[in-house]
Amino acid sequence: MATRTARTGSSPTPPKWTPARILVWAAVAVVGAVAWSVVGLSRGEEISAAWLIFAAVASYAIAYRFYARFITYRVLRVDDTRATPAERIDNGADFTPTDRRVLFGHHFAAIAGAGPLVGPVLAAQMGYLPGTLWIILGVIFAGAVQDMVVLFFSMRRNGKSLGQMAREEIGPVGGIAALIAVLAIMVILLAVLAMVVVNALAESPWGAFSLIMTIPIALLMGFYLRYIRPGKVIETSAIGVVLLLLAIIGGGWINANPTLHEMFLFSHNELTFGLIVYGFVASVLPVWMLLAPRDYLSTFMKVGVVVLLAVSIIFAWPSLRLPAVTEFAFNGQGPTFAGALFPFLFITIACGALSGFHALVSSGTTPKLIEKESQVRMIGYGSMLTESFVAVMALVAACILDPGVYFAMNMPAGVLGDTVQSASAAVTQLGFSVTPETLQQTADAVEENSILSRTGGAPTFAMGAAHIFSAVFGGQAMMAFWYHFAIMFEALFILTTVDAGTRVGRFMLQDTLGNVYKPMRDVSWKPGLWLTSALIVAGWGYFLWAGVNDPLGGINQLFPLFGIANQLLAAVALAVATTLLIKSGRAKYAWITIIPLAWDAVVTLTASYQKVFSSDPAIGFFAQRAQYAEALADGETSFGSAPDVEAMQKVVTNTTVDGVLSALFAVLIIIILADACRVWIKALRAGGDLPTTEEPHTPSKLWAPSGLIATREEREIMRERAGSGAGGPGAADS
Amino acid sequence: MSGAPSGRAPSPEGGPTGLRARLAAGLRDAWQVVRGISGERAYEIYLEHHTRVHPGTPPMGEREFWRRHIDRGDTDPGSRCC
Repeated sequence: MATRTARTGSSPTPPKWTPARILVWAAVAVVGAVAWSVVGLSRGEEISAAWLIFAAVASYAIAYRFYARFITYRVLRVDDTRATPAERIDNGADFTPTDRRVLFGHHFAAIAGAGPLVGPVLAAQMGYLPGTLWIILGVIFAGAVQDMVVLFFSMRRNGKSLGQMAREEIGPVGGIAALIAVLAIMVILLAVLAMVVVNALAESPWGAFSLIMTIPIALLMGFYLRYIRPGKVIETSAIGVVLLLLAIIGGGWINANPTLHEMFLFSHNELTFGLIVYGFVASVLPVWMLLAPRDYLSTFMKVGVVVLLAVSIIFAWPSLRLPAVTEFAFNGQGPTFAGALFPFLFITIACGALSGFHALVSSGTTPKLIEKESQVRMIGYGSMLTESFVAVMALVAACILDPGVYFAMNMPAGVLGDTVQSASAAVTQLGFSVTPETLQQTADAVEENSILSRTGGAPTFAMGAAHIFSAVFGGQAMMAFWYHFAIMFEALFILTTVDAGTRVGRFMLQDTLGNVYKPMRDVSWKPGLWLTSALIVAGWGYFLWAGVNDPLGGINQLFPLFGIANQLLAAVALAVATTLLIKSGRAKYAWITIIPLAWDAVVTLTASYQKVFSSDPAIGFFAQRAQYAEALADGETSFGSAPDVEAMQKVVTNTTVDGVLSALFAVLIIIILADACRVWIKALRAGGDLPTTEEPHTPSKLWAPSGLIATREEREIMRERAGSGAGGPGAADS
Repeated sequence: MSGAPSGRAPSPEGGPTGLRARLAAGLRDAWQVVRGISGERAYEIYLEHHTRVHPGTPPMGEREFWRRHIDRGDTDPGSRCC
């Protein structure tokens, strides 16, 4: 019966096509078309990065106005006469009707972190065009759709989690597969992100000092907020930001002082060890000490830097120096990650285009806070468009660099050698030229010893951002400051994710182990807390350590696994969404999630297949393993990038683990898809009206605008309601 | 922050004071949204909810509230993406 009420949803009258509106949208379409033709058709000449921005913004506007609107009102049939869980339950805590603009901010801050800054930078090795196309088309037809649809279905079920929905709507098999997927992705994600930090800060006293300083700063903020000024979040964050800027400036002095320089110069392995210890301690400390204050700080920095970067790109108007398409898109020989455009571009850029992880946020906190059903468009679809825009800016930051510098920063150390001369020679072999002097000057400009093989995306993004920022603020003299500012900004996010992710993983593990041994489920039972934290940290710590010491380059090896895991989660989310559309009698619209699901499945399965079965040792884990195992059996003492027997053994172990994981992910996807198909067929046979777990319709008394900015009609209603004393939304709308 | 900047040229329908008032209201609104996103309005939201649902009973003090509010994170991590 619940499904029947959904169909009677009130569809608002679509806005009238006045001449002014037609003119505006025609103009948006023209700007978009011109920008896309410049981006797509220019060959050989450098174009301004602003064209990418225009193409993106015009496409987002059209998609939001037409496609998202179609999904909201025709497919999902949102119903503003229906009270949302926030209105019905309204417990003053996790269920509270929240102003849509505030919730947009919360949701965006929860989905966007370092992910959209890393993937596009790595994918830039194929040129700017493939990445731009996937980020923009992917978000419009897959990523934003997934986020919004999952948000909607979870909202109709009192904010149930993706795992719960998979279990209840598809079945226990799908549910278990989803749980394994979530745990696996968490471990790989944390390892890859931690590796990004290690690669960015190793041998860099400036960066290491400023990041270490974030710990006392966060502690200070935590104590201030708890004992001195409880609740003064903005004041505390402002103090934190000022201290953070001082820490970056202080890093410059540390770097210039020979003794202190030595003191903060850490090797890769020292940092790895430090991060693992930090990860464990941070995740067992109470949140008010470290996590909560750092969360406030990173939200501030996130919004601030995104705005700053967008404004700076428009003022600096930089040119894209990387070609539109490089040969690596086709031959799969790229140095940053191996494999051709299809399928590897689509798993390298996950956050920003389609990210399964978002489904966890869309089915967690956000659906419990939403005020009106129609706001899922702005919050679900809109936030994801914003993240996609961040990804486009990250791509711009990578593509304005000298291509030679870009490749020197992103190739594995084993290929580049130790000197700028050998690096220059290696880059030239790729078909891009860069002089040893340029490489040295670039490192000097940001006051680093070396920029060679700074893989992981963060340093490259920081270098591009430093160019853009310093063109607007401070010029060449400020390059080093801006570079370390950007590094710090990314490292800050990542530390927050490492801490929060370890906690999330720990809770899942406690819950799972609680089935076997009851006390485990008690989240305040200390031995259980320590044990599960240690297990999660050991999980990502292992991959981090193995990746950092991998002779073939940890990012090169692990990033594809992270991408596959993330897209596996997207497959779960899209399969659940499709199941719900079919079960509630909307099979004729199910293509909105089936098309991205089919694409996602093809991409992920092809990538896993190649990672497992490819005979090209650059791509297939087992082909790689066979090569090194054979060399070891032949008694050779060095092979490829591995200089000694120990390194060769490392390659054999790592490729075995990575290969088995790839296979496991592929099997999980197949299980979930098969199980979902079974339910779809059953639902279609039943005429498409199977019971779902939707909450029944309760009339709503609240009223609030649907979009970011209230329309003229909505403002009139607001005034009328204010006059008659009817209940309205939160104070912020008055 | 919430103070209104000086209004500018009179508009045909509103006059300088009308425009200034509208601008001030807009800025106040924006400031409340910023406070909302940062999480600073949690206590106000609680108080409003408390007086509506449990009228007559004394609400939690501010310090006590914030302590519990932040400590909730210890048992409910909330998800965050990359």
